[in-house]
Amino acid sequence: MTVIEARGLRKAFGTTTALDGVNLRVEEGRILGIIGPNGAGKTTALNAVLGLTPYQGELRVLGRDPWTERDQLMRDVCFIADVAVLPRWMRVSQALDYVAGVHPRFDRAKAEGFLAKTDIRHTSKVRELSKGMVTQLHLALVMAIDAKLLVLDEPTLGLDILYRKQFYDSLLNDYFDRSRTIVVTTHQVEDVQNVLTDLMFIQRGRIVLDCSMEEFESRYLEVTVHPERVAAARALKPIHQRQVLGRSILLFDLKPDLKSDLKSDLKSDHVDRQKLATLGDLRTPGIADLFVAVMGNNTGQMQGAAR
Amino acid sequence: MNTQSNAMPESPLGSQGIAPAAMSETRPMYWSVRRELWENRSIYIAPLAVAAVTVFGFLIATIGRAMSTTDLAQRRAVLEEPYTFAMFLIMGAAFVVGIFYSLDALHGERRDRSILFWKSLPVSDLTTVLSKASVPLVILPLFSFALTVATQLIMLLLGSTVLLASGLSAAPLWTRVPLFQMWMMLLYHMVAVHMIWYAPIYCWMLLVSAWTRRAAFLWAILPPLAIGIVEKLAFNTKHFASMMQYRFSGGPEAVGMPGSLKIDPMTHLTPGHFLSSPGMWAGLIVAAIFLAVTVRLRRYQGPI
Repeated sequence: MTVIEARGLRKAFGTTTALDGVNLRVEEGRILGIIGPNGAGKTTALNAVLGLTPYQGELRVLGRDPWTERDQLMRDVCFIADVAVLPRWMRVSQALDYVAGVHPRFDRAKAEGFLAKTDIRHTSKVRELSKGMVTQLHLALVMAIDAKLLVLDEPTLGLDILYRKQFYDSLLNDYFDRSRTIVVTTHQVEDVQNVLTDLMFIQRGRIVLDCSMEEFESRYLEVTVHPERVAAARALKPIHQRQVLGRSILLFDLKPDLKSDLKSDLKSDHVDRQKLATLGDLRTPGIADLFVAVMGNNTGQMQGAAR
Repeated sequence: MNTQSNAMPESPLGSQGIAPAAMSETRPMYWSVRRELWENRSIYIAPLAVAAVTVFGFLIATIGRAMSTTDLAQRRAVLEEPYTFAMFLIMGAAFVVGIFYSLDALHGERRDRSILFWKSLPVSDLTTVLSKASVPLVILPLFSFALTVATQLIMLLLGSTVLLASGLSAAPLWTRVPLFQMWMMLLYHMVAVHMIWYAPIYCWMLLVSAWTRRAAFLWAILPPLAIGIVEKLAFNTKHFASMMQYRFSGGPEAVGMPGSLKIDPMTHLTPGHFLSSPGMWAGLIVAAIFLAVTVRLRRYQGPI
């Protein structure tokens, strides 16, 4: 089942183009990470999906038009917007009461079960909780909702490593299954590298990379080149190179002929994997390294468009 | 306990297709209104405080003024005096709370970004706006009515105690103060003026709070003021200004203002006259338009 389908999605704020004809298709059971520089259009895209902003182009989320059917869509969609949007005056018990009152798919016992594992007390007000605890509370509320799509916009911004790790662990262990779909944007890409099933890079309102993590792993290769082989390695046209402690690390795209937003055919490698192995140590690059390579190659003002 | 009672209705709801639809009509509305009362405790605290102050003042009056005078008739007069005053104060407090609540209702949620949380739940913009409008239009009038009744009863009991303690019969107090008529009158006034006649005022405030990015109070006041001034300068007329004055004064029910209750309350119950006044219907239509625009605005607005 297709959860999100967008064709030619456009959105402009005045003269700034936030989304410039985005085509997007997210299938059920995927965890899609949308990565992009600030102002690339990530939040705008998510807001369109959530029915928070009007847009041009075609967009269906779970078969509905999010802009005109937000309230019905929200029975099947949950979202956590960047950090704390929980009202600060609210008590934890009130938050549970309220969501239980308005949401037909909320399982209160489940939410209380999650909260029992934290230090959050039911009598506390949101303003009395730390940033990490507010996120835990929001996550407990959201995970207790039997939704089909979960949208996370910078859910772990400003949290320490422990909370971040715990956040994604809970998501994977206690929430995610093959009938659910998660879309997440984040700058902390190393946190999600092993969480995602699909990866998308967005820049200035356009998608510049769209692939599954299996493709990512088979297509991109990072080689720590032996010093005497650097010239030979460079001849193979790496898409990016950097120096770390005097050693050259080269990033190769094994299928450069493919346009980056097309699903690739995994069989024929342009640059031979065996050949690269003779030049140095191979490893799968981090998303962050590929991000730098792809964004660096698409040079220009990184901060061009509005969010 | 809680988990049980909340989990119980969910399971049959999930299995049937019709039940969730029925739920979407009333339950989100109920919980949205409760939410407003959680967030804005001034809705009941401010009138309660005024009532408490009134009773306290009455207590001093009974002990001080009433007991210091030796003239028994005058003592009785002192005890009969403050009932309409108490009513007036509580109603005034409710009106002020209603204005400030309405101006902040759809502005506060954008300012503290919590609108993103509210919008992540299956509650429509219509339900949200209606629940917020119900606070000044339904909850505050009804609450201030109940509070006035309670306050006056307490005052009556206090007054009776004082009279009995000074060896006088309390019976005249119960017959002389036309409490029951006053309550009927007040209830009518609450419905006619505060719920219906003032509706466009509150709905205008809600609209401004949904639209403005800052200084909601100024934006609520300046446009009507500007229209009045422009009209005065351009045509040297005061139609708009007098229309505003008429609206705030309570319109055809202005004579029913509690200050004049003592004259003869029952003759001023004129629902036929009120219902046939074009001002009432025009006001309701304007209020409905304001509300519709507010619902639309809320759909477009995000955090500020």
